[in-house]
Parts: sequence; C-alpha cells; structure tokens
Amino acid sequence: MNATSSTTKRPARESKSATATAFLNARIVDPAANRDEPGGLVVRDGLIADVGPHLRRNSPEGVNVIDCKGRVLAPGLIDAQVFTGEPGFEHRETLKTASHAAAAGGVTTIVVMPETNPVIDQVALVDFIQRRARDNAIVHVHTMAAMTKGLKGEEMTEIGLLKRAGAIAFSNGKTSVANTRVMRNVLLYGRDFGALIVHHTEDPYLASSGAMNSGEIAARLGLPGTHKASETIMLERDVRLVEMTRGRYHAATISSAESLDVIRAAKARNLPVTCGVSINHLTLNENDIGPYRTFFKIRPPLRSDEDRAAMVRGLAAGDIDIIVSSHDPQDADDKRRPFAEATDGAVGLETLLPAALRLYHSGELPLMSVLRALTINPAKLLGLHSGRLAKGAVADIILFDPDEPWVVNKDMLRSRSKNSPFDESKMQGRVLRTLVAGETVYQYAP
Amino acid sequence: MTNAVAKVEPLHFPHRHLLTVEGLGAQEINFLLDLADSNADANRQVGNRRDVLRGRMLINLFFENSTRTQASFEMAAKRLGADVMNMNVSTSSVSKGETLIDTAVTLNAMRPDMIVVRHHSAGAVELLAQKVDCSVINAGDGSHQHPTQALLDALTIRRAKGRVGGLTVAICGDILHSRVARSNIMLLNALGARVRIAAPSTLLPPAPERMGAEVFTDMWKAVEGADVVMMLRLQRERMEGSYVPSTREYFHFFGLDHEKLARAKPDAIVMHPGPMNRGVEIASTVADHSSSVIREQVEMGVAVRMAVLEALARNLAKR
Repeated sequence: MNATSSTTKRPARESKSATATAFLNARIVDPAANRDEPGGLVVRDGLIADVGPHLRRNSPEGVNVIDCKGRVLAPGLIDAQVFTGEPGFEHRETLKTASHAAAAGGVTTIVVMPETNPVIDQVALVDFIQRRARDNAIVHVHTMAAMTKGLKGEEMTEIGLLKRAGAIAFSNGKTSVANTRVMRNVLLYGRDFGALIVHHTEDPYLASSGAMNSGEIAARLGLPGTHKASETIMLERDVRLVEMTRGRYHAATISSAESLDVIRAAKARNLPVTCGVSINHLTLNENDIGPYRTFFKIRPPLRSDEDRAAMVRGLAAGDIDIIVSSHDPQDADDKRRPFAEATDGAVGLETLLPAALRLYHSGELPLMSVLRALTINPAKLLGLHSGRLAKGAVADIILFDPDEPWVVNKDMLRSRSKNSPFDESKMQGRVLRTLVAGETVYQYAP
Repeated sequence: MTNAVAKVEPLHFPHRHLLTVEGLGAQEINFLLDLADSNADANRQVGNRRDVLRGRMLINLFFENSTRTQASFEMAAKRLGADVMNMNVSTSSVSKGETLIDTAVTLNAMRPDMIVVRHHSAGAVELLAQKVDCSVINAGDGSHQHPTQALLDALTIRRAKGRVGGLTVAICGDILHSRVARSNIMLLNALGARVRIAAPSTLLPPAPERMGAEVFTDMWKAVEGADVVMMLRLQRERMEGSYVPSTREYFHFFGLDHEKLARAKPDAIVMHPGPMNRGVEIASTVADHSSSVIREQVEMGVAVRMAVLEALARNLAKR
C-alpha cells in the first residue's frame, strides 16, 4: 500500500529523462551509510543513479556536469514538525510558502501539523492537504492527522482510515492529551494499525499561564513560569502507557535534562519510544529572551543552558532521535505584544541547517551526527525511503557550504511570517542548491 | 443417529440453577441441546403446548431492558404450561431504592419455582441465587455470562452444520463488554470447536488469549476459512471516539460485509445475537443473506429455554 505517494513529488519523466546530471568533486556526507568522503553523484530520471568516490572527477558520458568545488553533498533534510497556516490561517503561511522556505533551507520533506482550521481530523482534509501540496508545494509534503477530534483530547479520530488516506503519523498539535484514558486508547487502538503517535508533552494544568521557563530569569522579569517538570510528568505518564499498550510513541520535542533521562530509561527497557528536539532548544536558551524578546517565546519554552547542553549530549548519544525546526509562523501583530500575551512560535525552516551547523562549528557534535538527526533518522521514524544517498533512492539532495558566513535578515526569509529568533544572527554555513526528486527547486544566488 | 452404542449421557441436568456455562461438560450441554432440538421440531407443529411445568410459577426479573430475551423466556415457559409473571425494574420497588438482596428475599417469600434474572452488574444473578430457594436462570449479568444465548447459538450451529466439534468459529466485535462472547467462548470450547476472536485492541479484555481463543485485531484474518462468523453488537455509546473512533471506521475494519465474508468458507453461516446495528457491525445485505441464521437463532432461543426450564424443573421438589 503506497498510501503517501500522492504527496510525493514524482521524478520527472518526459523530456528530461534523456538527460542526467553529475555532481562531481563533492564531499559526500551520508549518515545512512556512514559515508564522509570525496566523491560524486549522478542523478537520472529523478533518482540517484550512482554515488561514490569513483565519481570524484570522472562522470559518465553525455551528462551535465556540476562541479561542487569540494562542498558537502548530503541527503535533503526531513523536518518532522512544521506548522503552516493552511487551511485557515493562510496569512501566516501556506503550503506553498512553507515549501519555498523549506527548499531554501535544504529541507526536501516537510511534515505538516494538523493544527489548522479546520483541524486535520478527517479523511477528506488529509486528502485536501495532499492535493494542495501536490499542486502548490515544491518539496515533499506529508501530513500528520489529529489523534483526537478537533484536538480536544476527548475522542479519538478515525486512525485506521486516516492512515490509509496517507496520514504519516498522529499528533495532538501543541496541546497534550490530558485525559490518560483517552491517551491510552489512542496508543492501544493506534497500535492495531501500526500508527505512530507523536505527542507534545506538557501537563496542561501545571503549565497553564506560564510564559517562559520557570526559574531565576522568569522571576527577575516578573513573568509567570512553566516548570520543566510539567513536561517530564507528562512524558513519564506516556511512557507508562506505552509499557501498558506497546503503542508506537514519539515525544515531539523534549527540552529538559530530566525528560532526556526518562527517554533513556524507556529505551533501555526496549519500549517503542523515540523523541525529537527542536533546533531552538539545541542552540538557544532562556537568556536569549533578554529584554522580553517575544520572538524567543516558544513552546516548550527555552530552558536553561544546562538543559540545552543536555539536549546536545542526548543527540550525540543517540537518545534523541531527530531534530525538527518546529517552524511555527506567527503574525507580527501577535508577536508585538507584552511578553506574556504574545503568541508562541518561531519560524525555522530556512535557518534549520545553519543553526544546526553551530553545534558542528562549536565542536559540540560531529557533522555526521547533526545530519543523521536531520536525514536518515526522521526517514526511519516516518517510514520514508528518502534521507539517504543510496543508488536507486529518490534524488532529494542538498549541496551546502558548511563554512560560508552570513547574517540572517528576516526580510529576506521566504516564509510568509518573519518571526525568526535568529534574525540578525551570524551564521556559518549556507545551502547552495536543493534538489527534490532530481529537480533543482532552490539555488543560492549571491 | 445410530443406536448401536449405549448412551452414557446423563438423563437429567443435575443443577439447581443455570448461572454460567463455566464448568458445564460436553455431556450436560448435549443433553440440553438434544432436548432443545426435539423442542424445536415440536414447536413447528400445531398444538405444541405441553404441561410439564403446569402449576409452576416463573418470574421474569429484568433489571435491564430486554424485549426479545424476556419474550423468549415467557414463551418457553408458557409452552410448557407454567404461569409467568414479568417484573420490570421501572415498575418495581427496586427503583424505590430496595437493595438486590432485599428484592431477592421478598420474591423468595412469595415462593416462586423459577426466577429468570437479567442484571447490569456482573455477579448480581449469582448473589441473588444465594438468597432464594427456587431455581435461578441467568439471562445475562453485565459483561459476564448469558448461558442460554450460548446454548441457542450452539444448537443453531449444530442444526446448520451437523456438529460443533472441529468447526472454526470467529467471534467478532466488542469482546470486552460482551457476555455473549464470554459464554460462547467457554461453551464452544467445551464442545470442541476452534474459537477465534477479533476486535480492535480497545475492545479486547487484557490477556485475551487466556480465554481459550485465538486473538486477532485484523478481522480479515480472523474470518479466513471460518465455518461460523458470529458478530457481536456494538453499544452506541462506545462508537463515537471512546473505544472506536466512529461507526464508519468500525464498519470499515470490523463490520461484516460481503468482502470479509468471502474470506470465510463458502458454506459459512453468519450469526448475531441481536438486536443488530445494521451498517455498524453487519451490512444489511449480509444480515439478510441466505448464509445468515440470525432468525433461526431466535427460534432456537425458545427451544433452548424450554429445555433449560424443563431440565431444571425436574430437580425441583414436588409440592
């Protein structure tokens, strides 16, 4: 059953089928094969026809040749948590604008969240997203469906039919299912269909009214805090439910050292548990909020630098499986408010890779580990065949310069909303070219 | 039927009550089924009223609404010449706050011969049976037992297939809350059938494999090669997001339609204890199809209940 094919960009078949393109003189980095070596790659008919060190200088006859000048050729990134505004909040972001932002950031597959208006909780709406993406998006788009009707956390959705319609996983958006019985039933029922249950972990009662991480800085700023235990408590509950039901569970974005301990313990017990972390929680901390900067107001809130460092260690150890952008476009008007009243969320598709490369440049993580959490790991989690530079795989490829310095200017972002916490930040590393199914969908023009 | 072998079956049913099928042996079960089988034939004749229960008083005590089971017991009792009194919760003192035990003691003081009880709580019928001197027949207690349903299902299968032992019976639907499923799994096992159960995990009890059935969460696989497909009723309040997301999804994955039925043996029969939710657990066209024995089940219900009443009455003290 190839349920998700309709959202996948098909390799071009017509006139281009005769031509092939060789990317020579590249540094091939493919975490799926643990490969980091000089070499090249040939794209034909939208697929990777060949890859390896033998293609460093020599290409087959009759192909277009692109000299990569020693830059990194890697699988396109897979971002498992992207909020858009389509349907319902198109002024924030559409599938089209999100896909252009993704392409510019080297992201070739995005998974969009069901937190729209209407909520993606019915088969017809999954179909709507797939058709809109097919017609308007320039990268692969998959959709998560809601796990409860209207994301209300009360009644489970038609998990079987939604999965059959192409929903890649099930989420309750930015709210946790507080009712333990409902969550247990979702995990239990979802297990029958092999459904991946992705959960935002935050006890809604404990976290309510919190504007930022609870601690010294919140106290100084006079802001209500959300204690990180609200995340860990929900996560611990969920792990118990996984133990009871054996449902496939993924904690969407953890943010604290204690949560990491819970994940590590769950994995040690061989439970079907995985987790993700947002790029923000790997590269920013609560100090960045400074004088009430609302572009740093996100959910879960930015934590202490000790927690951030723990996230990086968790990634290095493989306890954290994937990195997501948690791209969440918000109106400027909704952000330009007193901190506690401003909406949560930060865009992140276009800065995902350069921000992640900070961890590489700072020596905190090897390049391979950074890319693994952005390519093959999310591919495995979601059951996608992309995220690797294998012969015969779909040619979702990025070419990037890991060192080129640049400064983020929010007005240059392709996303329809400009709420980037990295605005005016110095970055090192930039995407030069993005291919989706062999087609160049983005090319950097200096 | 040959008469070459001397029958070792009991000539009576040595119990005062029928509260559960648990512990009943194949001989006892077959004794009841044989009796019921002849009742079924007799019931088709004109003038089928007998008088083995003449002078006996039977109370139908229903704490949970039921039209068909109550009517079935009433007809069975009347065909055997008994007097029947129907007591309904809504019109009884129970709704005025009387406890179950007080009700039992009160009724017992009126010296009935048999009480047929349905109650919404598992174990309630057994509790009542401890407090009375007459025979008690369980007509369904919560999610626990419904012995006469299992007996009538076995008789229906036996008449359609000639036997029960060795057949593959797939019981599909809300196993978790079903007294019909629990009774049938036990009774069919006692008769040597191979029992399968199929339900979404949310409608399976914990450790379902311990119940003596092969467990499936994929109904297509459960009905594969089955001789009998037995559907269960899904309560309306369990359809909308609590145990299953919707009637549409339930029907898609667990409703018996012709596609799923085609996986069963070509001569498979379709059963349902009723009342049916057409389009939820069973397609209308399947329910009305020639393979359906749902109406026969109702007919066998009277025959089986007559057999049970007669068998128990033989053990009652003569007045």
